[in-house]
Amino acid sequence: MTTTEPAIRNRQTAAGDVVLSVRNLHVTFPSEAGLVKAVRGLSFDLLAGETMAIVGESGSGKSVTSLAIMGLHPRNARIAGSITLHGRELVGLSDAEMSSIRGEDLAMIFQDPLSALTPVYTIGDQIVEAIQTHHDVGRTQAWKRAVELLDLVGIPNPQLRVKSFPHEFSGGMRQRAMIAQAIANDPDVIIADEPTTALDVTIQAQVLEVLKKAQLETGAAVIMITHDLGVVAGMSDRVTVMYAGRPVEQGSVDDIFYNPRMPYTIGLLGAVPRLDATNSEPLATLQGNPPTVVDLPPGCPFVPRCPLAHAGCREQEPELAPVGPGHTTACWESDRIRAEKLTSKDIFPAPVIERTVFESIPRDERDTVLSLAGMKKHYPLMKGAVLRRRVGTVYAVDGIDLDLRRGETLGLVGESGCGKSTTLLEILNLHSPTDGKIVVFGKDTSRLNRGETKTMRRDLQVVFQDPMASLDPRMPIFDIIAEPLGVHGWSKGKIETRVMELLKTVGLEESHANRYPQHFSGGQRQRVGIARALALEPELIVLDEPVSALDVSIQAGIINLLEELKQRLTLSYLFVAHDLAVIRHIADRVAVMYLGKIVEIGTVAEVYNRPSHPYTQALLSAIPIPDPQTERTRTRILLRGDLPSPANPPSGCKFRTRCPIFEQLTPEQRTPCLETMPPLDPAPAGAVVALQEAISLSATARGAGDTRVDHLVACYYARPTKVL
Amino acid sequence: MVKYLLLRIANYALLLFIAVSLAWVLAQTQLHPRQLFEVRNPPIDPQSIENILRAANVSDHVPLWDRYVTWIRGIFLHWDWGTSPGGADVGDEIGRRIWVSFRLVTIGWLLGTFIGVTLGAWTAVRQYRISDRVVTALILILVATPSYVTGEVSKMVATVVNKQVGFQLFLFLGEKSTGTLPSYPLSDVVDRVQHMVLPTLVLTLLGMAGLQRLQRGLMLDALGSDFVRTARAKGLRENKAVMKHALRTALIPTGTYFAFQAATLFVGATFTERIFAFQGMGIYGVDTISKQNINGVVAVTAFGGLCYLVGALLADLMVAFLDPRVRLS
Repeated sequence: MTTTEPAIRNRQTAAGDVVLSVRNLHVTFPSEAGLVKAVRGLSFDLLAGETMAIVGESGSGKSVTSLAIMGLHPRNARIAGSITLHGRELVGLSDAEMSSIRGEDLAMIFQDPLSALTPVYTIGDQIVEAIQTHHDVGRTQAWKRAVELLDLVGIPNPQLRVKSFPHEFSGGMRQRAMIAQAIANDPDVIIADEPTTALDVTIQAQVLEVLKKAQLETGAAVIMITHDLGVVAGMSDRVTVMYAGRPVEQGSVDDIFYNPRMPYTIGLLGAVPRLDATNSEPLATLQGNPPTVVDLPPGCPFVPRCPLAHAGCREQEPELAPVGPGHTTACWESDRIRAEKLTSKDIFPAPVIERTVFESIPRDERDTVLSLAGMKKHYPLMKGAVLRRRVGTVYAVDGIDLDLRRGETLGLVGESGCGKSTTLLEILNLHSPTDGKIVVFGKDTSRLNRGETKTMRRDLQVVFQDPMASLDPRMPIFDIIAEPLGVHGWSKGKIETRVMELLKTVGLEESHANRYPQHFSGGQRQRVGIARALALEPELIVLDEPVSALDVSIQAGIINLLEELKQRLTLSYLFVAHDLAVIRHIADRVAVMYLGKIVEIGTVAEVYNRPSHPYTQALLSAIPIPDPQTERTRTRILLRGDLPSPANPPSGCKFRTRCPIFEQLTPEQRTPCLETMPPLDPAPAGAVVALQEAISLSATARGAGDTRVDHLVACYYARPTKVL
Repeated sequence: MVKYLLLRIANYALLLFIAVSLAWVLAQTQLHPRQLFEVRNPPIDPQSIENILRAANVSDHVPLWDRYVTWIRGIFLHWDWGTSPGGADVGDEIGRRIWVSFRLVTIGWLLGTFIGVTLGAWTAVRQYRISDRVVTALILILVATPSYVTGEVSKMVATVVNKQVGFQLFLFLGEKSTGTLPSYPLSDVVDRVQHMVLPTLVLTLLGMAGLQRLQRGLMLDALGSDFVRTARAKGLRENKAVMKHALRTALIPTGTYFAFQAATLFVGATFTERIFAFQGMGIYGVDTISKQNINGVVAVTAFGGLCYLVGALLADLMVAFLDPRVRLS
């Protein structure tokens, strides 16, 4: 770091030595249901300067571990075991002693940048506080250092922005400020608890880059807590996989990804849809749910979900045992897994999804179930409490065209604020949009009478993102699924048989019908949501991020279910998601949105293999792939800054303010970009350029397009590029 | 900002005018000062009654609209709020009484707020410990007890104390003694203080109880928030993180409430005034109704409304002052 104090201290621990050591850590706290054993015997050594990832699903104990290390666990939690930093025992230290370590030797970055900064103090105040708590430096000097730190983490105009309040920063900028604050005192260990989970992919890529830079500058060791296996592959040297409060596998990142020996790790890796997978075979599914860590039965906690389990597994919980140099697993069957070279497909048989004849009918010969033509949705921007007046317009969706054929899945992707959810809501509204046309099942939604609207509501259904919020907590599952049937005048007897049939269809049991939503896990609730959507035998289902709130192992089951239902019931899906890997897995065609416009649309194969719009390329390159070797060698396009406000979009091409191609253009070449939004034209034909080359090549006007290929792109300088 | 404020004030003035006019109609049609004179013994000549009522502009023999015009004229041309049926000037009466109320309420309000906020924050930090449970239970008893009971009980306790010490330590009738005062220096100040202690104590307790409930809840929210954890992760000791981050943020709604109350100080505390025989605004409001004092009722309503709106304005300014998120947008 630069010249001002506090300068880099002499490290107490040399590079390559153990800086933080956790031995047999147990964290227990009381609850109404009984003792919650959140962490049950975790040990690891963290070497100076390395990055260790702790991976696990919700409830696996990973966040509790980080708080226990920081000494910030809830007061009623009991900690047993040992945590040593530079050989000094931390367990049992007083708050005063711990406070002198926190922020100085041990720093932490939290998940939600929106709530993790105090709203009433400026960013600068908060960084200065972090410095002055530990160092006797003057105010001017501390402020100077705060500006340097903000500069280091890539905040533009740090001199000015240091005086901003947190709410004036975007999510990505707040997380940068959090990192600046964490490295302010040059800590030895940084704990990052899901640091990018709340951020969009392009912002995630920026923040991860900043984190890497911060680590490089300070030489700190990092504990990266995450559920995202892609982030793990790209960021970590070593990995600890946790399940039900226990470490079940530890090893180098390559060991874990290429040579996993514990069925849970193997299942987790098999359950993630891969961005770079060219086939769309069903994903490996782990049946059931992670256990609650209250009153665990004896034996391995993974037994109920493990196809390899035998009687021995139920009797005694396996300890971590070495299976290779630096690689340990807690599984009685790890030798068999090695000897028989078992993969996720062998252990977790994926469902066979029958392809219907429908697939063989060419797209052009199928009916169009939904089409949007020049659809716009603008919202007025109002101001004033006494006299409300219109001060502007939010161009949420600004003219999009797309069509969806029977039996097809169209993925609509983009970052938050791009207008994908607005598009979906406009379709569900069944009214006329601000401008343009929405045609559902051949009927213009602006000209529907009451009867037609009701029929359309039957044939067009929706599945929402948050299965916790979208089900009425005071209605039993039966009533929730039966409600649409009642509305459409089904008889009582028919409703009952239909609900039972639906429960079976979505993989729930008939005995579940009388229970309330709170008795179900997230995945099961989403199944209820799907059953409700299917109740009236719809033809078109719009899905708003249906799997993004679910854990990885649960997500795969829902994706497979949706895939199976689509084939069996000949459904059409409009699938809104921000996860491009999920879309690649499930969709036939994909549309990429940016600031209310579609910038690229086409078949999944075309868009993923020959992405031609710089935004699509940046998105694809930003998504971490759960493959360490790929991650090490990948080229990334890092977009600058944040999404512009849809209330004040740039002139001409909406993407130009963040476009890496636009930056290289000569002023004459820029003219068309500045003047008009490029139209969606057939993507240029010809060979793909490697991403590395594409970045260094100077931009040329787009080549001629091939109209026979289903692939359109809106860019004057489009060039098919190989990103994956 | 100035333009915004002016607009806001104009809006409030209109609102207040409409509200007071409605109150005036209600009072003129529902109160019957004539009965006050008709039951007199010896009886008063009806023409004299009519003259008295006309002088006060409350005669139901004059058309309502004419009375309204007279009333409006009096206010806007001469700032004259009229008289009671007995002829006492309402404006003067209120002018005197608001300061009685102000003297009675202010100290109790400040102390109650301060102690309530402190106790609320303190008990929140010690949630579910014995100290929190004891304080919360006591506060709940206080909240559940009607204020006149609290007042009367305090008087009973004071009487016992006075007996024990052998002289009138606590005085609880009026604002000051009516007879001759002892001749030591500042004896009038001491006398006033003796009268003030008990009602102030009661008002402090009542204010404290409400604010403790409010502040404890707000503080619990703030204590559980991520930014307090962030502050702790920076190395702030628990007390400092709580004071600087949690309390500062949790004070925003309390500050608004405080600012709002400031304007209503002059309106008084009816029960406390009655129990301790203070001739303040609160008791005047009740008296004007029971004594068929139409102009008095309307003036009290207008004054109360004004206080309320000033309070709302102060509360808005306070939020803007305390919360940067509001200030900038």
